[in-house]
Amino acid sequence: MAKYTLQINGKRFQTEADPDTPLLWVLRDNLGLVGTKFGCGIAQCGACTIHLNGEATRACVLPVSAVGSAKVTTIEGLSANGDHPLQKAWQTVDVAQCGYCQAGQIMTAAALLKNNPKPTTEQIEAGMSGNICRCGTYHRIREAVALAAK
Amino acid sequence: MKTTPTSRRDFLKTAATVGGGLWLGFNWYASEATPLPLTALDAAGLADAPLRFNSFLSIGSDGIITIFSPNPEVGQGIKTAFPIIVADELDADWSQVRVEQAPLDSKKFERQVSGGSGAIKHSWSRLRQAGATARQMLVATAASRWNVPATECTTSTGTVFHKASNRKLSYGELANDAAKQAVPTNVVLKDPKQFTLIGTSIPNVDNKPITMGKPLFGIDFYREGMLFAMVQRPPAFGLKLKSVDSSAAKAMSGITDVVSLKNGVAVVGKSTWAVKKAREKLKIEWEKISEAPLESTTDHDRLFKELLDKPGATVRRKDGDPDAAFASAARIIKAEYQCPLLPHSPLEPMNFFAHVRPDGVELIGSTQTPDRARGDTAKLLGIAPEKISVELTRMGGGFGRRLHSDYAVEAAEVSSLVKAPVKVIWTREDDMTGGSYRPACRYRFEAAIDAQNNVTGYRLRGVGINAGNPTREDNFPSGAIPNLLIDTHDIKSPVTTFPWRAPITNFLAFAEQSFLDEVATAVGKDPVQFRLDLLAQAKKSPVGAIKYEIDRMEAVIKLAAEKSNWGKNPAVKQGFSVYFSHNSYVAMVAEVVTENGKPVLQKIHAVGDCGVVINMSGAQQQMKGAAVDGLGHALYGKLTLKDGAPEQRNFDGFRLIRMNEIPEVEVHFVNNGKDPTGLGEPALPPTGPAVANAMFKATGVRFRSQPFVEQKGSVW
Repeated sequence: MAKYTLQINGKRFQTEADPDTPLLWVLRDNLGLVGTKFGCGIAQCGACTIHLNGEATRACVLPVSAVGSAKVTTIEGLSANGDHPLQKAWQTVDVAQCGYCQAGQIMTAAALLKNNPKPTTEQIEAGMSGNICRCGTYHRIREAVALAAK
Repeated sequence: MKTTPTSRRDFLKTAATVGGGLWLGFNWYASEATPLPLTALDAAGLADAPLRFNSFLSIGSDGIITIFSPNPEVGQGIKTAFPIIVADELDADWSQVRVEQAPLDSKKFERQVSGGSGAIKHSWSRLRQAGATARQMLVATAASRWNVPATECTTSTGTVFHKASNRKLSYGELANDAAKQAVPTNVVLKDPKQFTLIGTSIPNVDNKPITMGKPLFGIDFYREGMLFAMVQRPPAFGLKLKSVDSSAAKAMSGITDVVSLKNGVAVVGKSTWAVKKAREKLKIEWEKISEAPLESTTDHDRLFKELLDKPGATVRRKDGDPDAAFASAARIIKAEYQCPLLPHSPLEPMNFFAHVRPDGVELIGSTQTPDRARGDTAKLLGIAPEKISVELTRMGGGFGRRLHSDYAVEAAEVSSLVKAPVKVIWTREDDMTGGSYRPACRYRFEAAIDAQNNVTGYRLRGVGINAGNPTREDNFPSGAIPNLLIDTHDIKSPVTTFPWRAPITNFLAFAEQSFLDEVATAVGKDPVQFRLDLLAQAKKSPVGAIKYEIDRMEAVIKLAAEKSNWGKNPAVKQGFSVYFSHNSYVAMVAEVVTENGKPVLQKIHAVGDCGVVINMSGAQQQMKGAAVDGLGHALYGKLTLKDGAPEQRNFDGFRLIRMNEIPEVEVHFVNNGKDPTGLGEPALPPTGPAVANAMFKATGVRFRSQPFVEQKGSVW
């Protein structure tokens, strides 16, 4: 076990973990930040998407020892009250079915819009296709990203 | 470490002890923070509040209406749909409604199940009754205060009005007195024309907590002091545990216990990662459960073909004289269709929390059948079911996998062995290789055609792996064809199978609707007209039992043809399908166009008849989602076995559809005012055949097996 000080959602967290522990499990088991979801563990589904220095990153394959002083943002840190434009768009469009993938979808979309505030439909599809929604809510995810970009 | 949020629990306690008001047993919750741990015992105590009926709503003196949603929420939208029905009959102000998930309580609720698309059909009248009963009690209370006849009072958005004297009282002002009323037995339900919420679009009540990443799901549950566990299960079907050397695993940091289960080894410790790493250190010997060789998909393929040549072991339906019809046929059209095993792949892997104590058992997590989890746990532990509480969390998908109780019982088994609260977590690999698959099936269809191009005979033989009956013998076109034989074989196998969204029909519909397309093509008829002619035949001269409503099937066919401009644009190659399942009817038209010289699936028109639509937004979602799901698995879904071991273990080897691969989906509903039925499944079965039939029109290539992507001539 080693000690780590992590910068998450604008706060410092001290925790102990084996160096190879994926950030996903440190967030979920050590820090109680369970908005970041476990889906596949091999960076295929996107349910665990967080921002590392603003870039969309898969927390399930990122060892805690590699995080260093990078700034981590999780869904809990995207907004204090659930009123980020993407969260509001998700609520307005009524995107979720089971809802399990949606935090990861929103985090991917947030990074996408930061780099490209006015994406075309094709750019939204390209940017979002790394995230699986098993319920098949893709039409509304696309609509919500476009709405938030307006 | 994390703290357990308390606002929900506090809210309930406050409501129960301070707020007073009218208790009708429902308690639903729609507000912001939705932390998990209200224990089942707390909620059961709450539901014992003084006044209660079969269904359950409370009105606080502050006007807040709280409703318990008893059915497990798996993404089908039941936690929103049920309250809409109650609130409409109650004439509640929707903004004042809070929704709360009820725990398992078979004394107060019936059919706490998410499966078979059956919740709405089952509960429609009960929920309306619950709302209307409360409304009548509120009206009677207001009428007595004003000393006017109740018939002169009206209600709207949480208020009782007496228009003649221009008086009004809010439900909150009336709740305490209304609660003392005798429960009326002569409750009048609304005329559907009076519905104000039903049929409108109402957002999912959990939208906000979902988008904020709140701990809603089973896997998010945490309790101070709880341990984590992973189980090593047999790596292949047909193996069982022989011996285990757990010394290396036990020596790993963070590990508290390693225990042998009935057919696996559980590693228990202080974090998910610790138990995952330690599990890799187990040295386990497995042995075969019998002399039989471990099964591979190639073995199943061979058996399927052999069995389809033999008369079915079980005759499911026989009408007329099929042998004679085939003997005298001018020609016979014959085709075979096959589907592979499929894992359910809900995005939340299996997991469950259990705390087995001497005085009782707590189960908490994502389950479609809490009653089964409780019953099977009771059996395992040899205790009375009443000793077990089950709290329902939101589920990260189920698709049938969570109808099984294995993973909940397993958590109880581990907890009982280590005498501690435990959450068992499956990895994606555990989930995908763990069985309970959609059974692989193969079908042979035959149609006898006479010299006038009439279908005089029809034969269907089905075989599957632990599929039981792989047919639905009373479905269309049964009833429309004078001579018919449907029979089946079943292959018993150590490969475990289980219902998968739209069980059996998820592929049977593809096979049947593709075959009918083949027959229509062979007899030179338009596929839509061909189906309408068969239905007309069934209406004119019904053969045997007909268990679908001919008029409703006709109506969805006609509306789909109209909405898709069927057959009018030669540049658009259209494929048709229609299917009746789970008491609802869905017709689909898929459209393929040529882009840059390549056929592209551009659009699916979907028309549903589920009777009254409860929530238009949710209903649209179920139709679109089922179409995407049906398409995705038809395109890519395949799980194969080699010597008993699954060859696909995660989403790198098992492909799921993604956003850049979906066609446009346009949804319409038949508005016929009939009592509502479910939508969680019915739109999935017709998707595959509509797409395959359109692709046939565009390319001349007929897909007879899934996944499409592996078929010769596939454009994917």
